[in-house]
Amino acid sequence: MINESAVHYSRILTELTLSFHIIYATLGVGVPLMIMLAHWVGIKKKDEHYILLARRWTRGFVITVAIGVVTGTAIGLQLTLLWPNFMELAGNVISLPLFMETFAFFFEAIFLGIYLYTWDRFENQQKHLLLLIPVAIGASFSAVFITIVNAFMNAPQGFDIANGELVNVNPLKAMFNPAMPTKVAHVVGTAYMTSAFVLASIAAFRLVKGSNHIYHKKALFLTMKVGLIFSLTSLIVGDLSGKYLAEYQPEKLAAAEWHFETEEGAPLILFGTLDSNGEVDYAIKIPYALSILAHGSPFAEVIGLDQFLKEETPPLYIHYLFDVMVSIGMLMIAVSLVFVVGRIFKWSIVDSKWFHRLLVLGGPLSVVAMEAGWWLAEVGRQPWILRGIMRTEEGATTSNQVDLMLLLFCVLYIILGIGSIVILTRMFRKNPVEKELEDREGEVKL
Amino acid sequence: MSLDLEIIGIGVLWTFLFGYVLIASIDFGAGFFHAYSEFTNQHHILTTIIQRYLSPVWEVTNVFLVFFFVGMVGFFPKTAFYYGTTLLVPVSIAIILLAIRGSYYAFETYGNPSHKGYAFMYGVAGLLLPAALSIVLTISEGGFIVMEDGTPNLEYWTLFTSPLTWSIVVLSVSALLYISAVFLTWYADQANDTAATNLLRRYALIWALPTIITAGGIIYELRYHNPEHYERLLNLWWMFALSFLLFIGTVWLIWKRKNYGTAFWLLVGQFTLAFYGYGISHYPYLLYPYLTLYDGFTNEAMAIALIVVFLAGLALLIPSLYLLLKLFLFNKDYVSGKSKQEH
Repeated sequence: MINESAVHYSRILTELTLSFHIIYATLGVGVPLMIMLAHWVGIKKKDEHYILLARRWTRGFVITVAIGVVTGTAIGLQLTLLWPNFMELAGNVISLPLFMETFAFFFEAIFLGIYLYTWDRFENQQKHLLLLIPVAIGASFSAVFITIVNAFMNAPQGFDIANGELVNVNPLKAMFNPAMPTKVAHVVGTAYMTSAFVLASIAAFRLVKGSNHIYHKKALFLTMKVGLIFSLTSLIVGDLSGKYLAEYQPEKLAAAEWHFETEEGAPLILFGTLDSNGEVDYAIKIPYALSILAHGSPFAEVIGLDQFLKEETPPLYIHYLFDVMVSIGMLMIAVSLVFVVGRIFKWSIVDSKWFHRLLVLGGPLSVVAMEAGWWLAEVGRQPWILRGIMRTEEGATTSNQVDLMLLLFCVLYIILGIGSIVILTRMFRKNPVEKELEDREGEVKL
Repeated sequence: MSLDLEIIGIGVLWTFLFGYVLIASIDFGAGFFHAYSEFTNQHHILTTIIQRYLSPVWEVTNVFLVFFFVGMVGFFPKTAFYYGTTLLVPVSIAIILLAIRGSYYAFETYGNPSHKGYAFMYGVAGLLLPAALSIVLTISEGGFIVMEDGTPNLEYWTLFTSPLTWSIVVLSVSALLYISAVFLTWYADQANDTAATNLLRRYALIWALPTIITAGGIIYELRYHNPEHYERLLNLWWMFALSFLLFIGTVWLIWKRKNYGTAFWLLVGQFTLAFYGYGISHYPYLLYPYLTLYDGFTNEAMAIALIVVFLAGLALLIPSLYLLLKLFLFNKDYVSGKSKQEH
């Protein structure tokens, strides 16, 4: 019994919830690390500016955490509400990492509450710093565990199938599936990267707006250094992900690269459009690059879409998503590299207004890249919800009310999105750093 | 019933649900009293007490719920099929209400001067939530889900016209106001805030009666709705009798204005007995009559892994929760606002 319209709306609602949630979730993973770094640098350098940086980031972070928590609860329940047949089958296997994710989140929630309300209760800032360690660990590990769930859906293993049920389950084997290492590393790395660039764009924005305060310059340098490190790791892991796909999910790689025929020495297609006859126009072709990406050798054979049934391959538009993700990633590496090197060698270009403007764009662009990357990963495993085992339409609910729920959630996310932006801007406009530094004069002991 | 993995599984989940019911009640009730005091111009009495309690714990409350439903699908994946399909509408509404409350709380506390309209929404959302969530308990009694072509369908009309549904809704709302008022009376008393203590004490006494009357009424209704369940409830009569005695104890202490702390712990005992009494009598059904603990259970390897992770998690959580409570609930300086606080 498949209800076509329920399947359709379930897909849209899940996509909507996740796309909205991951903006806040990504910041939720990366920002605690940045707060911890700022707090630590502040103590080490005995520099009040960094302590204040940690404090101001934390205040904004609370708002994003709140939205992350409520949308995370939404997607957690929607998994069961919209995909009951999938959860009935896969619940036997994925519940372990799901359960562990809640523990990590629990841990984070407790210590974040303590950290927030004890700013001035600890005489010793070092003790206060210790509270941030469980927050950052909890945040990162919830990303690790939830990504393991997603990796399992891409590369299910660790069970046998008998009479349509999953039996002989080996929970650890299921968790440590082949997709897991690259997925987890890429998700966590890009979350750090995105958060660093988002925070950098705030600092850059203040500089563009005319503030010349040393506080913003320190913030910018710190965030750009972290951004550079994690954009480089994302590049390396991205390359490993390509090799993973070539080995285990060749149809996803082939669709993303518009690689139609299996061949040796395959070229990589960058950009371009696909016309109605399925011909590629305006593309840049880099000879042998796909073989290198897939197997690390220019002459290796790369499996093309011709090896698969038409109904078992993902839609071809994922190529555009791949382009968006990779181009932004490369751009951000270049920008942050120029900035960091320029700062060290005191090039004047990195302090120019137009460069700061570019940095302001860096945050939103990184968020776009992150969204594009998730859409690529998710649409790229269509038509499967559990690759090779269950098709997406078989997992969906049969309820007739999904369209109405979609509408309700749309309204909710619009309210939450606008609300969070309004509150965040108001919070920092009303209390600029210059004012807060003045207010705190002589109050801080380091 | 012997102690097998199924029982451990449901025991763990029931405990987390109980944890959620208890702390969410305090939370939802606090939101309601806060909104109510705004509209009766008494908010200067209650606001600081409520804010001081809620701020550090609002995030933690939510996790108990997530824990429950993630664990439910983990230990009993078949519940996803029955409850997932049928509960789309009520649970989606609950999610939206939760989202409004959670985000509003953060917006209000960290970003915004207070706004009456928001406070109202916050208070009302807290009352609608238990109604939306307690539907699940009603449905589990059977009689509201009909199987068609192998897929379960929720009969909304039967559900909305059943007295059982409405009794459970009324119980959940009055119990949450009662629990919340008793706890906050104690909290305000610790802060030496006489005005707030007196106001909350009055609320506690007001909500005690409807709570106990509806609880009794539901047992009576089950006699007709689900006689099998009613039989098992009667077998556990002593748990409910003991629970009732504890209830009398709480009300008496509050009436006499003494030992609010003991009163609260008696209340916890009362609800623990009633909640577990109800839970045990539900055995072996997860959804009467379609699904029992045994046919919905996950495979053994997963069950053991879940229990191991659960124990490891508890080893981490209990000290952390203890630290949280020590710093914010049982810290006289913090509660009474003496320690410097800023965020």
